[in-house]
Amino acid sequence: MSDTTTGGGRDSALLLFAWKAVKLAATVALTFLGLLVVTFLIGRVVPVDPVLAVVGDRASKSVYDRVFLELGLDKPLYEQFWIYLQKVLTGDFGQSFLTKRDIVDDIRRVFPATLELATVAILIGTLFGIPMGVWAAVRQGRLADQLVRVFGLIGYSAPIFWLGLLGLLVFYARLQWVAGPGRIDIAYEYAITPKTGLLLLDSAMQGQWEAFRNIFSHIILPAALLGYFSMAYISRMTRSFMLNELAQEYVTTARVKGVPEWRIIWVHALRNAAVPLVTVVALSYANLLEGSVLTETVFAWPGLGQYLTNSLQNADMNAVLGGTLVIGAIFVGLNLLSDLLYTLLDPRVRRGR
Amino acid sequence: MLHSRTLLAATVAAFTLFSAPVRAETPADTLIQAWAIDDIISLDPAEIFEFTASEIAGNSYEGLIGYDPADVTKIYGKIAESWEVAADGVSISFKIRPGRTFASGNPITAEDVVFSLTRAVKLDKSPAFILTQFGLNAGNADEMVVQEGDDTVVFRMDKPYAPTLVLYCLTATVGFIVDKKLVMEHEANGDFGYEWLKTNYAGSGPFTIREWRANEAVVMERNPNYSGDAAPMARVIYRHIPEGATQRLLLEQGDIDIARSLTAEEIDAIRANPDLKIQEGPKGSIYYLGLNQKNENLAKPEVRQAMKYLVDYQAIADTIMKGKVSVHQAFLPNGFLGALNDNPFSLDVARAKELLAEAGLPDGFTVTMDTRNTPEITGIAQAIQQTMAEAGITMELIPGDGQQTLTKYRARNHDIYIGRWGPDYQDPHTNADTFARNPDNSDDAASKPLAWRNAWDIPEMTAKADAAMLEADADKRAEMYIEIQKEHQQTSPFVIMFQEIEVSAMRNNVNGFIVGPSFNDNNYAHVTK
Repeated sequence: MSDTTTGGGRDSALLLFAWKAVKLAATVALTFLGLLVVTFLIGRVVPVDPVLAVVGDRASKSVYDRVFLELGLDKPLYEQFWIYLQKVLTGDFGQSFLTKRDIVDDIRRVFPATLELATVAILIGTLFGIPMGVWAAVRQGRLADQLVRVFGLIGYSAPIFWLGLLGLLVFYARLQWVAGPGRIDIAYEYAITPKTGLLLLDSAMQGQWEAFRNIFSHIILPAALLGYFSMAYISRMTRSFMLNELAQEYVTTARVKGVPEWRIIWVHALRNAAVPLVTVVALSYANLLEGSVLTETVFAWPGLGQYLTNSLQNADMNAVLGGTLVIGAIFVGLNLLSDLLYTLLDPRVRRGR
Repeated sequence: MLHSRTLLAATVAAFTLFSAPVRAETPADTLIQAWAIDDIISLDPAEIFEFTASEIAGNSYEGLIGYDPADVTKIYGKIAESWEVAADGVSISFKIRPGRTFASGNPITAEDVVFSLTRAVKLDKSPAFILTQFGLNAGNADEMVVQEGDDTVVFRMDKPYAPTLVLYCLTATVGFIVDKKLVMEHEANGDFGYEWLKTNYAGSGPFTIREWRANEAVVMERNPNYSGDAAPMARVIYRHIPEGATQRLLLEQGDIDIARSLTAEEIDAIRANPDLKIQEGPKGSIYYLGLNQKNENLAKPEVRQAMKYLVDYQAIADTIMKGKVSVHQAFLPNGFLGALNDNPFSLDVARAKELLAEAGLPDGFTVTMDTRNTPEITGIAQAIQQTMAEAGITMELIPGDGQQTLTKYRARNHDIYIGRWGPDYQDPHTNADTFARNPDNSDDAASKPLAWRNAWDIPEMTAKADAAMLEADADKRAEMYIEIQKEHQQTSPFVIMFQEIEVSAMRNNVNGFIVGPSFNDNNYAHVTK
């Protein structure tokens, strides 16, 4: 989406812009349609009876049959999909069988929890990952490099479930540095009025600093854990981008000209490495925003990951489809954003060369 | 490297600033329980059928009558002051206790009782069969449940059922009384307020339901208008903590008061902790194996018998379940009228081999078992797999998610299914109805009791169970059930293994938590801490 060709006059530039906008809209629409079709089909081939999730195991045949009809399961598959699609286009995502609430309300409730956790996690991952990657690249082959790589490898390969419990045992139970599972202590639960659903933001806006502190001590451990995982990835990618940049001729030129080493590394090379890094960070962020089921389970975090897994296991297809659309929108959105940042960061793209 | 070091130092400083010790005891007037509450799908008593929601309803709504959880034969009036069974046995009249109110402040009247019971029948949600089995349906409900005079409600039936059966059914959550005035204020499109009530509250119990955040929390508050003694706790909060290990950590730290879903491992560790205590209470749930009679090997009587000798009951109860079950081999749980407490089977490989030889299968056979992928069910299944192998039976375990294995079971596509069955109400008919009745064994049968799911065609036993349902004399009735169970124990395709014991762990200062035989009997109205 970021390929730019040089146009002639003003009119043709406008035309080109319009054409690109149409192309983009079509791509997005097709992506969403594809997502819906695939998710819908998966929901239908899962060997779970969706009626069971609604009525339970004990219901009489009359109850079962009525719900079967209510869910429209007697209609052919394409018709079921068409009905669903029409509703979605009018903004009606239906109700969850399990929570008995509108999907939109459910997602509005669970997504902020995931968004907050993912945002803190990606901040940690980026703030630590990039300097570590740079450091490893500069010290390539030396002890520091090895350490960073091993540290990253552990982050990449240790089971998060185990690491989460271990973290709780050490930092919550033994050292008592952080608060336990959950988003907030009961004592503060009703001290803040939820506005955005992002508790850190809500408490800060309302000047509830005690609550803010409590929320922070709840979020820091799961966020650090998820951050560690993205850090592992970000530092590895940073290292390889930096190695690539440091081998370039302009670096040698700068050194010859006597530019201080720190400036070469942190200003010249990192600036160029930042361009592909934007995509890496954006994708890591998108992955975190899907919600991590295991982290959410261990830390009793009422987020999107738990919601979707629970819905899928119970064949609650409205919820699964709604959640998939949200995730799809995040990926499309972050991709567009990183393309946009590309144009800002890379003068070659900006000037259309 | 000055830059990165500064950054690191700053971050560490920020971290320590924010994360000074954060110790929060639970507030003195609030009881906090950790449980997996993702089974809740509705808060409307006409629809509630799941464990968690039943318990919540049991503490926030009231039925006409109740029973003593320690001795279920003691039935007493709650919303009803007294009741009388008609001479012909086809109706019971309930006199409503005067002067009691709902949490809303509205008085509890006979009109509310008629409304609640007919509403449950007309809405016809999953638990409605508990009432409709007495011949009620949406069409006749208004004639079957009627108000007489100011304070009397008459409940009519199509046959003279055993009175205890009817009374126990009315103690189930589906028989709980809702506030007609409040519910009907929220009616939309003739739904009897269902859309509203499934996430709201209109009861009269010791607690009110303030909020249900799916997969997150349920918040209950003391009912200021409760007609009985006010509960000592101002608030009871259920937190959704799906992971047992997490629950244990929270309990040890004092961030919760009660942990409800611990695995056997965690219970063991908690027993050793002097700050915590364990409370146990027998539940009505039964663990069993269902042997599908469509499988030609499993259909042989000797094979069914052999299977019952190939489970190491005591070892599983002691080592895998560690006190969360007791060995029990009949379909009525201990504590029910007519429960049979004989356990004739134990692991006996030699006897099983003889039986297999008699069945013409001296070298055993190969069979599959659909196994729900929870740690405990998987653990039991693996132990059974080993003992089966000793007699030459190769059992392959097919793990699956709960809904997935259940879907297959209900379609009769399994060989063996390892299951857990909880009674729907406190009367023996609830389990006889599913383990020992199969009115129609055809593939498109209207009802799918466990006997049907295992394709066990038993017209005679079905007739016996039907007769027991109508026996008014309690002693005679108990004998009838004992006789059915004795036959069932020997011949049925069910390897009945255990009765569940609910184990909760709590802080030492928590007192007065009652664990009853069913989940709506679990009570915290008198809990102090």
